[in-house]
Amino acid sequence: MSVLSAHNLRKSYGAQEVVAGLDIAVEKGECFGVLGPNGAGKTTTLRLLLGLIEPDAGSIEMLGEPVPSGARRARQRVGVVPQMDNLDPDFTVRENFMAYGRYFGMRDAAIDAVLPGLLEFAGLTNRGDAKIQTLSGGMKRRLTLARALVNDPDLIFLDEPTTGLDPQARHLMWQGLRRLLNQGKTIILTTHFMEEAERLCDRLVILDHGRLIATGSPRELIAQHIEPSVTELYGEDAAQWSASYAAQLCERHESVGETLFCYSRDSEALMQNLSAQSSMRYLHRPASLEDVFLKLTGRELRD
Amino acid sequence: MRMFTLPQLSLRFIPVWQRNYWVWKKLAIPSMLGNLADPMLYMLGLGFGLGSLLPNVSGVPYITFLAAGTVAYSTMNSATFEVLYSGFSRMHVQKTWDAIMNTPLTLDDVMLGELTWAASKSLLSGIAILIIIWAMGLQTSFWLSLWIIPIVILIGFCFAGMGLVMNAVSPSYDFFLYYFTLVITPMVLLCGVFFPVSQLPPLLQHISSFLPLTHAINLVRPIMLGQIPAQAWLHVLVLLAYGSVGFYIALGLTRKRLLS
Repeated sequence: MSVLSAHNLRKSYGAQEVVAGLDIAVEKGECFGVLGPNGAGKTTTLRLLLGLIEPDAGSIEMLGEPVPSGARRARQRVGVVPQMDNLDPDFTVRENFMAYGRYFGMRDAAIDAVLPGLLEFAGLTNRGDAKIQTLSGGMKRRLTLARALVNDPDLIFLDEPTTGLDPQARHLMWQGLRRLLNQGKTIILTTHFMEEAERLCDRLVILDHGRLIATGSPRELIAQHIEPSVTELYGEDAAQWSASYAAQLCERHESVGETLFCYSRDSEALMQNLSAQSSMRYLHRPASLEDVFLKLTGRELRD
Repeated sequence: MRMFTLPQLSLRFIPVWQRNYWVWKKLAIPSMLGNLADPMLYMLGLGFGLGSLLPNVSGVPYITFLAAGTVAYSTMNSATFEVLYSGFSRMHVQKTWDAIMNTPLTLDDVMLGELTWAASKSLLSGIAILIIIWAMGLQTSFWLSLWIIPIVILIGFCFAGMGLVMNAVSPSYDFFLYYFTLVITPMVLLCGVFFPVSQLPPLLQHISSFLPLTHAINLVRPIMLGQIPAQAWLHVLVLLAYGSVGFYIALGLTRKRLLS
């Protein structure tokens, strides 16, 4: 059964259709990724799903409630980690939990009861009385996630949860999210990091210009759109190499600046050829979600 | 989107009010002193300094006349500063409102919480000034002057509702200066805080009669002088109307700003 579903969702600002007929169904217990370049409509989609803005057309059901009309009741069982930290800077760590829990109508005693577990989850057990300003970026992010759990939500929205974090903090965040998935929570996640989506998401959709352009598990999407292995060739030699060998050794190839991307199914001949070219710099790797993403949404910059 | 549907009011605003109260409590003493220093200095400085040069004003010593004006304008300022600067910080800078709207609360709850909190701030400043007034014995009847307490809540409601409109349309803090120079300061000078409105030319008197601070002072001053205000209900209604219409417009504009 779907925990969250949307049908033919539409939202325009002026002449621009930001969400253009979206269908989404998120199943219980899965991590569902929403990927897309800047301006693809990810954040607008999340705001629509949460019932913060009204769609021009389409229907949404979240945790059995129609949205936006029943959004308030649905949000009682939802946690949200926004793109920008909005922890309350006037409060300490502990006070942030207290104030936030009250917005859900929780009694102070009930918040006190879940507090130690949430502090432990955030890795802030001894920092309950710390001011928000004294926390590092990673701590703030984990605190924002832990704060979103105060009401023990069934469904958690995360809008770019690891943007701006260093690798250590990012891995810690991923561990936390995996713990939540193991507890049976459902997660809906937007991200720019394909690696993050590949590691965490059971299924994902790629949006562009408000439309769904691909959907599936990371592995399915890679298998469906990209040859299994990718070789990147760098430098001036790459163009020359391309002219001589690409047609013969690559199933598909493209050059981007001074880099040649060679996509292949059986790369043995290719590897033999390259190992003979002592001056060529190259990287041979399995195909990734990023290759799918770039193939489907193009390589031009989006702002 | 239906931006100007009626506010959906409920008691769910209470945690928002509590949040603001909690923050205030942590800094209560400096905050009170900061709020009070300015009106106190005006009242005492002008009251004694200018008052010593003046014969009785409206039949009472100048400082007594000024005390009623001070209560009204300082409670106006309290509510105004709260919804403009502090409210804007919470809405726009700290994104506290966004965080709250991700919970079961809605913008209507948040803004009702801000409105009631600003009125509560007015109550706190009003009571602080009343304590000084009582200590100095400026009131005619202590028991009658207790009526000023609900009136300062009403004054706070009125100016909080109006100020929230400004909050809804401001791109930055700098914008608030216009509200002060075009709305608040003219009222302080035209509505009878420092001198009776009857001293003004007829046109200015006419303008003054439409301004909410005039109505606030028309309630507070007679009570301070031991009288029941004439046309009390009219003044109450005007203050309620400015506050409610302001709140309604502010809510519509803020929905448009944050929820579209």
